[in-house]
Amino acid sequence: MKFVTDIKNTRQEEKQQTTKVYETKDLNLWYGNTHALKNVNFPIYEQEVTAIIGPSGCGKSTFLKTLNRMVELVPSVHTSGTIEYRGENILAPDFMVEDLRTKVGMVFQKPNPFPKSIYDNIAYGPRIHGIKDRKILDEIVETSLRGAAIWNEVKDRLKENAYGMSGGQQQRLCIARALAIEPDVILMDEPTSALDPKSTLKVEELIQELKKDFSIVIVTHNMQQAARISDRTAFMLNGELIEYDYTDDIFQHPKDERTEDYITGRFG
Amino acid sequence: MIENNKESTSTVRVKSMIEQNRQRQSFRAVSEKAVPTVLLVIALISILTTIGIVFVLITETFEFFNRVSLVEFFTGTVLRPLSQDPKFGILPLINGTIISSAIAMFVAGPIGMMTAIYLSEYASDKARRVLKPVLELLAGIPTIVYGFFAFTFVTPFLRQFIPEMSATNILAPGLVMGVMIIPMIASLSEDAMSSVPNAMREGALALGSTKLEVTFKVIIPAAFSGIVAAFVLGISRAVGETMIVAIASGSSKNFTFDITQSMQTMTAYVVEVAGGDASPGSTIYYSLYAVAMTLFMFTLLMNILARYIARRFREEY
Repeated sequence: MKFVTDIKNTRQEEKQQTTKVYETKDLNLWYGNTHALKNVNFPIYEQEVTAIIGPSGCGKSTFLKTLNRMVELVPSVHTSGTIEYRGENILAPDFMVEDLRTKVGMVFQKPNPFPKSIYDNIAYGPRIHGIKDRKILDEIVETSLRGAAIWNEVKDRLKENAYGMSGGQQQRLCIARALAIEPDVILMDEPTSALDPKSTLKVEELIQELKKDFSIVIVTHNMQQAARISDRTAFMLNGELIEYDYTDDIFQHPKDERTEDYITGRFG
Repeated sequence: MIENNKESTSTVRVKSMIEQNRQRQSFRAVSEKAVPTVLLVIALISILTTIGIVFVLITETFEFFNRVSLVEFFTGTVLRPLSQDPKFGILPLINGTIISSAIAMFVAGPIGMMTAIYLSEYASDKARRVLKPVLELLAGIPTIVYGFFAFTFVTPFLRQFIPEMSATNILAPGLVMGVMIIPMIASLSEDAMSSVPNAMREGALALGSTKLEVTFKVIIPAAFSGIVAAFVLGISRAVGETMIVAIASGSSKNFTFDITQSMQTMTAYVVEVAGGDASPGSTIYYSLYAVAMTLFMFTLLMNILARYIARRFREEY
């Protein structure tokens, strides 16, 4: 009994300590006339893994891409509401989107390394942000590749084209590429959906490691994955945030019936 | 009959029809075997023609070098084919060709490239749908029209600023040739750039790149081999261009680097001599083949070089 209260207490303390990275208020998003996100209020906490689950087309990827404003690559998008990143509204018209994306890295569904050498892939980010010193770049490349747990596999072929690597390696390279500019948050859009189970496991382990230094938001259609790796889980449906809580609570005591239906496999 | 087929969608009928068609299988097998042979023969037509042209060029060029030494031809700066004391130095023609092509690429390279960047990376779908066909229309204008334009408009216009410029000069046709080549470079480079997958752009943008950085550090390097190919085709087109220079640059065989002066290119020389009094068997007649051979070697070398460059810097994705 004491043990249980202990856990509860630590959790209480955790809750007080964790600061919010993102605070989303009444976010609405439309693709043309399609209402894709409806009044989403979604805080994201520092140094946690936040998973977003939900059936296809529920808006989870759209929401993720709104966090670094990549969603604007679709020409017909318009939004209302605010997303505060570290207290600044990133949807404000004068907000510099490049600054945001320098602090908020992204890993995509399909690995998308540049058609350059492994070294140049990692060095790309630092270079465009003005780091030219060869020695420093060498160091960044090594640290980032180590950070993405791929250094030992590629250290002898840094000059080779990144497309010679396996899919799982490419994805970890893309994670390393994001790490190279030392972001604050890393967004991951179904990062393992194109990978085999072994590579998936490696990426999941990596996410656990990365959580110590970064805040991670991951969209996944794999509920077991969310349960395995995340601290908090959000369930979205038809553009709405249905339920958002600690992962254990979501999976063991969902409050909303729709969440329960989805988690137990009744639909989706 | 067709309507009948449409009405009856039952599987039984389809099966029986396929069965019927199977009876003709033997004909199908024969024709399938014949197709590659027929296609090969047709493909050989262009190859054999090329070989034939090269063969004629080589034999006639040999005859020319029986009469004029290689050293005189390739080092002579005087070209005087019709005088009492004829001289056959090709350097004035090579010089004219290189200078006119260089002027053309000086115009077409940057403008074509910037057009391609705009169309591929910045233009909206709507703008691209309108602009690209218009651009390609420009490529369809006959070169004689460009030549006429260079002679009657561009030269007089330039002479307002450079009064000492002669009425026929290499600058005006060079510039106009550049305009002519823009669509080719723009269109082919745009094809190469827009075929770079969008995932590359997203990856680069997500690292905080500006659009310009994405274009110059990711898209252009990824499309580099296609862009080189576009430039080489552009240069080949400039080197091989005949009408514009023949009309607007006159036929003075000056060996000079002054672009306000008249010069002759290799192609324009061939036009002048072939259209003039080159009686078969004369040295001047054979000089046509020697010049054409040089021109051919020029473009061949350039193509080889371009292939090498494209392969060396290729970024595969």
